[in-house]
Amino acid sequence: MGFEPETAIAASVDEVTSGHAPRGRLFRIVLSVIEFVGTLAATFLGLMAITFFIGRVVPIDPVLAAVGDRASKAVYEAAKTAMGLDQPLWVQFARYVWAVLHGDFGISVTTGQPVGQDLLRVFPATLEMATLGILIGVVLGVPMGVTAATRQGSAVDQIIRVVGLMGYSVPAFWLGLVGLAVFYARLHWAAGPGRVDIFLDGEIDQITGLMLVDSLLQGDFDVFWNAAWHLVLPAAILGFYALAYIARMTRSFMLDQLAQEYVTTARVKGLPERIVVWRHALGPVLVPLITVIALSYAGLLEGSVMIETIFSWPGIGNYLTNALLNADMNAVLGATFVVGTFYVIINKGSDLLYRLVDPRAR
Amino acid sequence: MSLTESARPTRRDWLLDESPASRAQARLGAAYRAWLALKRNPLTMTGAVIILLLVLMAILAPLIATASPIAQNLPDRLKPPSAVHWMGTDELGRDIWSRVVYGTRITLEIVVLVAVIAAPIGLVIGAAAGYFGGWIDRALMGITDVFLALPKLILALAFTAALGPGIEHAIIAIAIASWPGYARIARAETLTIRNSEYVAAIQLQGASTFRIIGSHILPLLTSSLIIRVTLDMAGIILTAAGLGFIGLGAQPPTPEWGAMISAGRSFILDQWWVSTMPGFAIVIVSLGFCFLGDGLRDVLDPKSGERR
Repeated sequence: MGFEPETAIAASVDEVTSGHAPRGRLFRIVLSVIEFVGTLAATFLGLMAITFFIGRVVPIDPVLAAVGDRASKAVYEAAKTAMGLDQPLWVQFARYVWAVLHGDFGISVTTGQPVGQDLLRVFPATLEMATLGILIGVVLGVPMGVTAATRQGSAVDQIIRVVGLMGYSVPAFWLGLVGLAVFYARLHWAAGPGRVDIFLDGEIDQITGLMLVDSLLQGDFDVFWNAAWHLVLPAAILGFYALAYIARMTRSFMLDQLAQEYVTTARVKGLPERIVVWRHALGPVLVPLITVIALSYAGLLEGSVMIETIFSWPGIGNYLTNALLNADMNAVLGATFVVGTFYVIINKGSDLLYRLVDPRAR
Repeated sequence: MSLTESARPTRRDWLLDESPASRAQARLGAAYRAWLALKRNPLTMTGAVIILLLVLMAILAPLIATASPIAQNLPDRLKPPSAVHWMGTDELGRDIWSRVVYGTRITLEIVVLVAVIAAPIGLVIGAAAGYFGGWIDRALMGITDVFLALPKLILALAFTAALGPGIEHAIIAIAIASWPGYARIARAETLTIRNSEYVAAIQLQGASTFRIIGSHILPLLTSSLIIRVTLDMAGIILTAAGLGFIGLGAQPPTPEWGAMISAGRSFILDQWWVSTMPGFAIVIVSLGFCFLGDGLRDVLDPKSGERR
């Protein structure tokens, strides 16, 4: 995965602003905001271009898909006009952009509902799982990376390295299956598929769509514990993938820092190694780690596609795979666009945060 | 050669000579040094051996497999691993070991084709963007960034959905999702090479743009690209297996590992081997590529460190 801290925007802002240095800070802030919004808008337009391209240009013939190959010429033409496919491509694209901007992704063939509504309904389930996953990944991954860096070349380092590479080599859907077989069927350590047991289904109202939050808000602890019980295994598996990436990157950042002279100075001063490593060296590492954590958070959305099919988790991944199997292109492209949007927002958001936190990037 | 040398110079000394007499000696020497460095890391050698075994298995599949990968034998369905069926049998009584062995061919076909399609596209686009700069750079990188804004798996899923299921379509879709990463690397490297003196010298000699990029810039990009492709192999295998698992990749009865895992899903609680065995194959092969890529990077591109 080609994750590199996106310094491109920061660099271009410097280019723009350096010529206007005397005009002061406010001007520079306004300029960088304009630049930021501009790239964001361009990225979204590009995203829509891709989904439009996949939806209208790649398939054999969308009209044929809608009316079937035994339809008469007249029916075919009528359908083509009704779908707006007789218009030039750029008009079609403009219409598509307009519709998407209004949250209109068309009707899903599978559910019979507008895709936009469907996505709003299923997204919180994915968000809840991915959020718990990233928490697990950070809480375990950062200490693992630090430990590996402080004992470079040792057996512990090698083990952490292999665990990290496992995160790139184990299929998520397979780990989910094996996890269910072991922890649910054999050991009974975790609950089975689904968000809650069937008899608790519908017990609480949807407020945020996050089961844990909703049940707490309504004071229903049965549902809360049951939902947590169901969440543990899929979130732990997602967490493993986040952990692999975070630990690897933490290790490499830490190695850079530990080689710096200020670390030697701190050691020479006689500070305990614990403080040198966990406070002095880890401090600066946390800044680039923001980007890493944000990227793996966005990456968990991708992982959740596979995990959700295994755990019958009613989230966006499950929705997407169901749509894929039914060739429900409106739903596929809507879900693709939403995942892409989330990806872009997290990406750009981490850029912004990075610039706020790192004094050199200001 | 060291001064304490008393005996005749060995082949090793000739290869490690600090002042090679010919171009061939210098090249062979560089390759030998890389080999020595690779050999030092046990993980890298493990990776290399795994990949070698994968290739051998794919070539010699008919000799290694104990049964036909597609022959059904219903009386023997869902048998646990035994002396006859080393990995047990699946729901149609097919020998899982043989299917896994033949599956190496599918896996190899996918990774090789994706690499052959995606890497050159990314290489040319990235090199062109980096060399020309200006609006060409902006346009090409703009497109690249948009593709990078979507997760690979999702992009591949959406393309396969539009193209229709099938292994060829899966390969095309994964290639479409993979090239932007290579373009990024090729551009970054080209930027550092573009203003070097030797390029200026060739330009002064009147070489055409095509020639400069083709024979003086692209060759220098290959080593970092090879590393990147090797590291990406695991991701390509996982994506292909994911497509197969969902049912959009290779179609039955093709012994594709992802599809095999999917077929065993309903038996996972009682007949665990049906899904588990092909999964192990995926993990081992992907790990092999990761180990090898990691080691190659340490040797061929030491400055990049752990970053990727």
